[in-house]
Amino acid sequence: MPQLEQISTFPSQIFWLVVIFAVLLVVMLRIALPRVQGILQERQERIDDDLAQAAALRDEAEGVLRAYEQAQADARAEARRLMREQQEAAAAEAAARNAALGERLAADAAAAEARIAEARREAIAGIEAAAGEVAQAMTARLIGVDVDADEAANAARQAGG
Amino acid sequence: MAGDAHGPLEQFRIRELVDIPVAGVDLDITNSTVWMAVAAAGVIAVMVGGTRRRALVPGRLQSIAELSYEFIAGMVRDTVGDEGRKYFPLIFTLFMFILFGNLAGMIPYSFTFTSHIAVTFAMAAVVFVGVTVLGFIRHGLHFFSFFVPPGVSILMWPLLIPIEIISYLSRPISLSVRLFANMLAGHTLLKVFAGFVPALGVAGILPLAFVSALTGLEIVIAFLQAYVFAILTCLYINDALHLH
Repeated sequence: MPQLEQISTFPSQIFWLVVIFAVLLVVMLRIALPRVQGILQERQERIDDDLAQAAALRDEAEGVLRAYEQAQADARAEARRLMREQQEAAAAEAAARNAALGERLAADAAAAEARIAEARREAIAGIEAAAGEVAQAMTARLIGVDVDADEAANAARQAGG
Repeated sequence: MAGDAHGPLEQFRIRELVDIPVAGVDLDITNSTVWMAVAAAGVIAVMVGGTRRRALVPGRLQSIAELSYEFIAGMVRDTVGDEGRKYFPLIFTLFMFILFGNLAGMIPYSFTFTSHIAVTFAMAAVVFVGVTVLGFIRHGLHFFSFFVPPGVSILMWPLLIPIEIISYLSRPISLSVRLFANMLAGHTLLKVFAGFVPALGVAGILPLAFVSALTGLEIVIAFLQAYVFAILTCLYINDALHLH
């Protein structure tokens, strides 16, 4: 077996093992391992940063959503308030107009009634006068008695009740 | 068998490429040296080349680099805890070097330097000595209490303490032999069955299928043995830091 026969090669094997391993160790120690560590660390930091940023953005979005919902709720309340005010105003105006109209109608009705009463009174007066004249003329024609106009009118009023 | 130019163990022969004698010792550049350099270059290509763009969304190579980093970092954290962070670069380099050495060995006509006991034992010895020194620095002479199993009657100590010491001392042997033997056995088996393919003619399809399946298994073993070496190193460090 060459491994145990070529003993004269042992110093060469061990010498070059030490030299090459030492070189490799130095390269790993000085260059490779710090670099890989840096890469891994940087990536971890980047991931952490991204996560933090994502969380911040999510919080911000939630804030915006809350503000939007608040604004929407405010707008809805405002709209309800305006609507109610408009309704109340319209109702008040309608009531006022109704009242005015009622008053006017009542005034018109009262005036009309007054006019009717006047007309009626005039009519009655006219009728009474006419009845007196009729009675005067009838007595003069029928019985030849010339009755005073006032007397005839009184008699006609008493007869009419 | 080793003398046979086409024997299954021939693939483990170390061939001198550049002769470098230093003070009477051969520090030749060999095929083993070349493949160590290839493994190290592969690790650097992935870990440095792959992370060159420092992309936020990693590409393929960068994903491998990050995955390896997080895999070993997780292993160190789970077995040693936060104190293990100091030893992470060493364990990471060990794991990647062994892994790429094992994987490079799966390339046809390549050489598997982790199949040599000299290499695996050198790594295991460094781990063992390092961990022992760490234990003494950390706990002083109190480190010897590591060899006394807790909650055991004093009467049992003369029996148990030698067992504990032997098991402690056998750590570098088991650590190195496990890796070396796995690589040796796997590659030898591949070579033996591959040798059956031309020998059996048409029926060679059967060993060919077996060799294909075995190649997949060997790739798994390449990962597994690198992992085992690294996690045992972690456990030893944990023992040295926390004793029991």
